[in-house]
Amino acid sequence: MDNLFAIFISMALINNLVLSKFLGLCPFFGVSKKLSNAVSMGLAVIMVMTAASIVSWLIFFYILIPFGIDYMSTVIFILVIASLVQILELTIKRTNASLYNALGIYLPLITTNCAVLGITFINVRSEFNFIETIVSALGAGVGFTLVLAIMSGIRERLDIADVPKAFKGIPVAFLVAMMLGICFIAFSGMV
Amino acid sequence: MKEIIENLKNGIIKSNPVLILLLGLCPTLAVSTSIDNAFGMTAAVLFVLISSNIIVSLIRNYTPQRVRIPVFIVIIATLVTIVDLTMQAFLPSLSKSLGIFIPLIVVNCIILGRAEAFASKNKVPNAIMDALGMGIGFGIAITIISFFRQILGTGNLNVFGNEIFQAPGLSENPMPIFILPMGAFLVISILLATLRYSGVIKSG
Repeated sequence: MDNLFAIFISMALINNLVLSKFLGLCPFFGVSKKLSNAVSMGLAVIMVMTAASIVSWLIFFYILIPFGIDYMSTVIFILVIASLVQILELTIKRTNASLYNALGIYLPLITTNCAVLGITFINVRSEFNFIETIVSALGAGVGFTLVLAIMSGIRERLDIADVPKAFKGIPVAFLVAMMLGICFIAFSGMV
Repeated sequence: MKEIIENLKNGIIKSNPVLILLLGLCPTLAVSTSIDNAFGMTAAVLFVLISSNIIVSLIRNYTPQRVRIPVFIVIIATLVTIVDLTMQAFLPSLSKSLGIFIPLIVVNCIILGRAEAFASKNKVPNAIMDALGMGIGFGIAITIISFFRQILGTGNLNVFGNEIFQAPGLSENPMPIFILPMGAFLVISILLATLRYSGVIKSG
């Protein structure tokens, strides 16, 4: 149990996907302009990330390894993610219209989100067991959502701040990301 | 001929994938800790980009419109697997330091973006030049960033084990924050702001 908690904290805060692994930077800068969008995107990422990690873990250890074709993992994992995103999109559309309205446009974007593919590789390469894989994917998703929400809150304020012309927009967002990263170093003593 | 040179220049200057379109940020920032890594990543991206543009351009008249994106992704994933296995066999140390960012070339937006926006609509020679231009543009950006990060973070400039330059003062007291992830954000932020201030890039 302690071990699972350590994995969760490490994935969410210490080895945060965005700030220390550089995964998922495109949505981090693209969707972080409004808080509500950022939270919707984060929820969509948590869902897809957990589902993709579970399916790709099962495929990797029960199909690819026994047949000795683990070199196919790149092709298989991206296909798993692409089809999962399609299935999730259809299911949400049929069952929950208001959730679909909130998450709908973000789901297709997630197919080419390197955070999702990255976390499946990290789980397989760290040789986590099944439960650890689920916890690590959840932790990574929560960490991603947390940072995305903080960033969008700061950027809503930055829009009305007096920033030098050359830094306006993306450059100042990079500077904010740097300072957030320094703040997140403080978590490194926790585990 | 003129058109082909125009395609090449487009990727390097006018729509540089990293500095102007802001695509492929993840690998650019993550592996730019040393010039060796930057060159390795550029070579891998260049190979995948050129090959995928050639293949996509060759099959552009036979691919049904509806399934074109999955087809492109499978082509790219196959090419990335080739690069990954080749690098593990012949350059194990480079493969280790690039880590998961080699398989992650699959979801690099530059490659899928060029396949969809350019190669699926143009002839093979144009597609090759476009891929070369975009690849070189990516390489220039990642090399500049890794140059500053390596100099400021370690004080030395080592390229494939040969020491080229040692910054006086810095090599005894380097600033390791530039090797840490935060340094990447700082360097690209100042680089973008400088390019905008000097008018190379339009701000906005």
